[in-house]
Formats: sequence, structure tokens, C-alpha cells
Amino acid sequence: MKNELFPWLILFLPLLSATVIALFTLRSKTVSSLISIGAVAAGFVLTCLFVNSNGIHYSGESSVNWLTIGGLNVDFGLKLDALSMMMLFVVTGVGGLIHIYSYSYMDEDAGKARFFAFLSLFTFSMLGIVLSNNFLMTFIFWELVGVSSYLLIGFWFEKPSAGDAAKKAFITNRLGDFGFLAGILMVWGLLGSLNFSALQNAMVANPAALGASATIAGLLVFCGAAGKSAQFPLHVWLPDAMEGPTPVSALIHAATMVAAGVYMLCRTLFLYNADALHVIAYIGGFTALLAALMAVQQNDIKRIIAYSTLSQLGYMVMAVGLSGPTPAMFHLTTHAFFKALLFLSAGSVIIGMHHEQDIWHMGGLKKKMPVTFWTFTIGALALSGIPPFAGFYSKDSILAQCLEQKNYLLFGVAVFVAGLTAFYTFRLFFVVFFGKEKSDHAKHAHESPLVMTAPLVILAVFAATGGFIGITNNYGSQFAADHETLSLAQQFLEPLKTPVPMFIGIGVAVAGIVLAFLLYKNADTDPLPAKLGVLATWMRDKFYFDEFYEKTFIRAHDFLAAVADWIDRWILEGAIIGAIRGGTDLSGRALRLAQTGNLQTYTILFVLGVVLLLYFVLGK
Amino acid sequence: MHVGLQHYLAVSMILFCLGLLGVILRRNLIVIYMSLELMLNAANLALVSFSRFNDKLDGQVLVFFIITVAAAEVAVGLALIVALFRKRQSAHVEDLTSMKL
Amino acid sequence: MEAINNLISSGGVEDVLFYVFAALTLLCAVLVIANPFSRNPVTSAMFLVLTIISMSGLFLLLHAFFLAAVQILVYAGAVMVLFLFVIMLLDLKEEARRKIKFFGLAAGLVSVGSIVAIFFKALASAKPGVASPKLEGETYALGKLLFTQYTLPFEIVSVLLLVAMIGVILLSKKKLE
Repeated sequence: MKNELFPWLILFLPLLSATVIALFTLRSKTVSSLISIGAVAAGFVLTCLFVNSNGIHYSGESSVNWLTIGGLNVDFGLKLDALSMMMLFVVTGVGGLIHIYSYSYMDEDAGKARFFAFLSLFTFSMLGIVLSNNFLMTFIFWELVGVSSYLLIGFWFEKPSAGDAAKKAFITNRLGDFGFLAGILMVWGLLGSLNFSALQNAMVANPAALGASATIAGLLVFCGAAGKSAQFPLHVWLPDAMEGPTPVSALIHAATMVAAGVYMLCRTLFLYNADALHVIAYIGGFTALLAALMAVQQNDIKRIIAYSTLSQLGYMVMAVGLSGPTPAMFHLTTHAFFKALLFLSAGSVIIGMHHEQDIWHMGGLKKKMPVTFWTFTIGALALSGIPPFAGFYSKDSILAQCLEQKNYLLFGVAVFVAGLTAFYTFRLFFVVFFGKEKSDHAKHAHESPLVMTAPLVILAVFAATGGFIGITNNYGSQFAADHETLSLAQQFLEPLKTPVPMFIGIGVAVAGIVLAFLLYKNADTDPLPAKLGVLATWMRDKFYFDEFYEKTFIRAHDFLAAVADWIDRWILEGAIIGAIRGGTDLSGRALRLAQTGNLQTYTILFVLGVVLLLYFVLGK
Repeated sequence: MHVGLQHYLAVSMILFCLGLLGVILRRNLIVIYMSLELMLNAANLALVSFSRFNDKLDGQVLVFFIITVAAAEVAVGLALIVALFRKRQSAHVEDLTSMKL
Repeated sequence: MEAINNLISSGGVEDVLFYVFAALTLLCAVLVIANPFSRNPVTSAMFLVLTIISMSGLFLLLHAFFLAAVQILVYAGAVMVLFLFVIMLLDLKEEARRKIKFFGLAAGLVSVGSIVAIFFKALASAKPGVASPKLEGETYALGKLLFTQYTLPFEIVSVLLLVAMIGVILLSKKKLE
């Protein structure tokens, strides 16, 4: 391996940056943000150099022994192959653009230095997941990502809603991580190793190595992914996480962290048997459908995009479940481009609107924010799956995967969701950028500065072209040995190989856009509730999942906590500790009687002690 | 029956007990001090008789030291009593209970 | 006369003297702590002197001549003078006849009783022989022992005396700070 040091540098530079900011430069906003941006930009450059010297199809590991406990041997190692290197590009590239964007977005915030420290910490954790070569290390960075996500969602901790959202995200993730840890332990117990390569070799040598518990082990590991990638039934945290600053939503809750679950599934694809994959596929499909329905009736610009993220993650998970890691990773990468673009554009709109997030207070922003308008348009087209934008290619590959697996139910779901996606995206698009201004803020909206629009433009370029610049080539080589490398033109025309899903996909997307156009072109209020009635209410209220969890799990948890509290208060503290304390107190009071202050009483006690001593020495 | 070790020890013991009773029952600090001297003397007597009947001179050396230390102790103790008396105008143990909690 | 000679030759005189001195010692000791006629500490002090003098008689019977002399010199001389001096200095009034506390009396009797019981039990189990004593507490031998084997304790005791002296001076100063 050439330049073996580079991956280590890429990994640890953000940590160094976070440490330096936290310890030394917390007072200077500018220096802190430049250090953080520098670290991630250096990571991107080093990634480019590394890939340039080793080639993208390189595969190798660089590790040091970390600890050995009995039979458990854990390396601190980096696994470098097409999968992790592509993810390096995504994390450092998209992440870097978001860093730059944040420089301006967070400019007025007093906690800017702290923000960049957190951002660097997050980048470090995410790179750790991407590069890790074993389960334990993945798990540790997995938790670190959870922590930094908690810190960033709760960045405006003085807002109670932000604090609650941070807690909700962290606790929901912990639920998934509990299963993940159990799955890791199970895999270790059955296969005796945590290293991905060793595990893969063991599974290839003996596909039945996990035995009867293969499905359970696979699903437990999937639990972790379900938590991080916000799959049903752990999806509830992601929309609330929008309480964080918009760059955080773009970086963590669109481009990278939520993708970690999908990435991990692809990394450990060898573990899952057919049953587990089936469950994964249906959970993914169900999440995609559910989230898309919810997105239709949201009014907060960030929440709409958040539900859209949920829905797209459901797509990816479904693709993995349909044994299609290449489409899943393809969609993950393009999604990182266009969803980060959408979030950042939304952030630009929010800044232009003086922190107004309700889309029914916007309108007519097309003229006032031209750059944002155009980048948002590209992002929306990519998300809806209109050729030749990136989302079209990746979504088409997932649809094709459904058909290839002959899973017509999921194909139907995917097509329906694609239509919904186009519909809610352009509902947002028309309401925000067209029609008349629906509030004073909208009348005085202004375009964002260049530091913010430049990343938008760069991301827009990738969102437009990401479908045919070789992403599938790189991922394909990872998952299929006989993958043929396609030229640019071949990639461009790739969807024509499977015309059925392509035309259906384009058809429903166009239908969604047209429907949105008809309904929302000049709407001042949402016409849907009147047409859909109770269904719209359900969609708006997220099908009452939060309320359902509140009534069941949280209630049950509160009950258990109350029982534990009762035991702690009355049995442990009241009875046991009370008895010890009372006994001590009582004996203390009794002994205090001996403290008369009278010399002769002390003498008597002293003599009695001497008598006792004499008895033992002489009289026994 | 000849007078032997046990006779001397009995005298020593009785003397010790008398001194002890004095310490416990009397109230005048100076008398208590005298009772303490009685107890010390009882110990001296026991040591001397052990020395005599065990054919070893070390006991007497110890008595010599005890007398010396007792002299020093009396001096310091009496000085303390004088100081206390100056402060409290009393040499009765019952008036000195300020160590009480 | 013959009876007296017999008594002397059989060591009977020493026995008689022992009983006399022992009785005197104990009687005077009782009068130190509980004099039915006087509560004056001076009386107690005088009886303590008598106790000490009779004790030095016991020391003589034990052939500890040097210690007998020291006992009289140091105790009856120095220490008792100190006691009397302090009594005069403080101008102590007679101790009022207060009721002896039942608790104190009972506790004292219990302690004394248990000490006596332990003493007899120990004595019964030890059974000291009536071997004829032969040690002579000569001043020469004692001095030799003191300045050879016990040099260090001797020196330390001298330092102790010095410290006691300094301490007493400090304590006796008018203002204790």
C-alpha cells in the first residue's frame, strides 16, 4: 500500500482539530472554524492523493493490535477498499462543503467555535465507522457518532425542544445499539472473530457457520442500522432532530450519519441469510412508504426534507434487503449529494427568511434568491428521479433490482413512493418559490452570501451528474467480481437496459410533479386536507407514532421507573439505609451518655477496661 | 507460714485498690492525686518484691525510674491544678466538665 | 529471751515486722482516702507521708535499701512538700461532705471486687514457690546496672525531668496563652 499513513491522517486530523478547538481556540470563532474546515479539507485532499496512488479498486488493511483478552483479539485497524474509499469521498467531500457553508451560516451564532468543535468530532467518528475493519471498533465509533449527533442536535440547548430532540435521538439510537451490541456478541460467540475480513472468509468457507441463529444474529445487527438509519419502528427521532442547525441536518441527518446504517449493512452483507434479508427489505419498503405519506402533509421546510430522507433511507435499506448493495450504495452516494444540496438550500432560504421555517409563510422566492432557487430546483429534480439527474439513475437501479428479484409488491411500493416523492418535493418547491409572498419576511427575503452559495453550486453539479460519473463502477467492483466497467456514455444510457422500471419511474415522477403543480401553483393554503379528510390529518400527525409510543412504551417505561423508584426510595433507602443510619444514630446517642465530661466516670470506664484486659491476660 | 511473695503482692493489691477507690470516689483533685501516688506505690511494692524473689535487680531499676517519673508527673500535675484553680476557682472534679459534648 | 532468739534465728522477726509495716501502710492508706474525722486535704497528705514511710520499711524488709532511702527522700521529702505547698497556695476549703454517688460507689466496688478476684485466681494458678530470697539490693549493684545496661533510659528520664520543669514553669506563668 502506498502512502499507508494517509488514511490514519484522514481519520485523526478532525479529532486533532476538535481537541485544539476545545482546548485552545474556543474564544476565536474564525480561527476555530478555519481549523475545522482545514482538517476536513486536508482529509479530502489526502483521500484524493491516496486513491490516486493506490487506485480505487485497491483492497487492503492497515492495523495495529489494540487489545487481547483471552480469545478476544481486537485490532485498531483501517479497512480500505472501494466501499470505504467512496465513503471517504462522500464524508470528506460533502462534509467539507457543508463545513464551508457553515462558516457563513453560523456566523452570527455565539457558539460558532463550539459548533465547529462538535462538527470535527462528528467527522472523526463518521470516518471511524467508514474505515473500521472490525465490529468492536465500528461499535465504538457508532456510539461516538451518536454522541456527537446528540451534541449537535442539542446545539441550541437553551431551547427546550432542541434538548428534548437530542435526548430522543440519543435514546432511540441506544435502543437500536442495544440490539447491535447483542448481535456483535452473538457473531463473536459463533464465529470467534470480530474482523470483517476474517468473518467474511469464515462465512464464505461455511455459509451455515452461524447455524440456526443466523436470522436472529443478522436481525440484531440490523437493529443498529435501523436505529442509525431511522428505519421503522425507530424512525421517530429523525424529524425531531431537525431542531439542530441546518448544516447539521445536512451533514448528519441526510448525507452521512443516517447513511452509516446502510453502509454498515453493506459492509456486513455476508452475515445475512435470506430470511433476514427479507425482513430488512420489507422494513425498508414500509419505512419508505410511511415516511413519504407523512411528508405530504408537513409544513416545516426542514421537516419535509427530513421525512423525505427517511423515505430515501427506506429505499436504500430495501435495496440491501433485495441483495442489491450496489444500488443501495449508489443511491446513498447520490442521495448524499442531492439531499445535502436540498438541506443547504433550505438553510439558505431559512436564513433569507430570517429563520422562518413554515412554508406557508414563504412564496415568491424565485426572484429574490435566484441561486438558491436554481440549486434547489436541481436538488428537487434529482430527488424526484427526473433524468438525467443523479437521483434518477440510483432510483432506477433500485427499481430494477426489485424487478430482478421478482418482488412485485415491493416494486409497487417503490413506484408509489417515487410518485409521492415527486409530489411532496414539488409541493414544497411551488409553495416556497412561486405564488405570491405570504408574509412580510418573504417580501424582504435576500440571497445568501457567496460562502453559502458556492457549496450549493458545487453540490448541484454533482447532484446533476452523479448518476453517470463512475460511482456504480466503483461500488460494483466491490460487490460483484464480474462487474464490467462502463464508459461514461454507457453509464449515461444504462437505465435503457431495463426500460420497464425506467419508464414507470419517470412516469410516476412526472405525474407527481404535474399533480403538485396543479394543486399548489397558486395556493395560499393547503388544499389537500379538504380533499383527503381524515387521512390528511393522519399524515400531518405522523400517523400518531409519537403518541402511540408515548402511550405504550414510554408509559410502560415510566411504570417500571416508578417501581424502581419506589424500591429505591422505600426499600433500599428507607428500610436498609434507614436501619443502618438509625442504628448508628441510636448507638451514637447511647454512647453519648458515657461522655459525661466527668473525670471519674472516665476513670471507671477505663478501670473496667483494664479489668477486662487483666481477665484475659491473667485470669483465664 | 513464712512471709513470701504472695503476702507482699496481697499488700500491693490492697494498696492499689485503695488508691483506685480514692480516685473514683474523692472529689478533691489534690486528694485524687494522692490516691494516684498510692497506686504508683503499690506498683513499686509489687516490683520490688518480684525483684527480690526472682533474684533480679532490674525490678528495682524500674522502681527507680517510676519514682523519678512520678516526681515529674506530680510537678506537672500540680502545676495544671494550680492553673485550673486560677481559672475556675475550684479544684473539684465535678466542676470540670467542659469536655462534655 | 530464748523465745526471742528463736524468733530471730528462724526469721520470725522479719515476719512480725512485715505484718506491722503492712498493717501500718494499709491503715494509713485508708486514712488518706477516707478519713472519718477530717476532710482536710492536709490530713490526707500527712497520712500519705506515713504510708510512704511505712512502705519504705517494707522496702527495707525486701533488702532494697537504696530504694527505701530514695522513697523517703523523694516522696516523703520532695513530693509531699510540693503537695502541701500547693494545698497552702490554693487555700482549699474543706471538701464539703457530699453524698457519695451510688453509681460511683457501686462501680468502684465492682472494679475492686473484680481486681481482687482476678488477683486470687492468678495467684492460685501461678503458685509462687516459697524459695528463700537471696538478692541483696545493694546500692553498688544497682548503680552499676543503672549506668551500664540502663544508660539510655536513664538519660531519657533526665530529659523528661527537664521537660517537666520547663512545662511547669510555662504552666505556672500568670497568663496562659
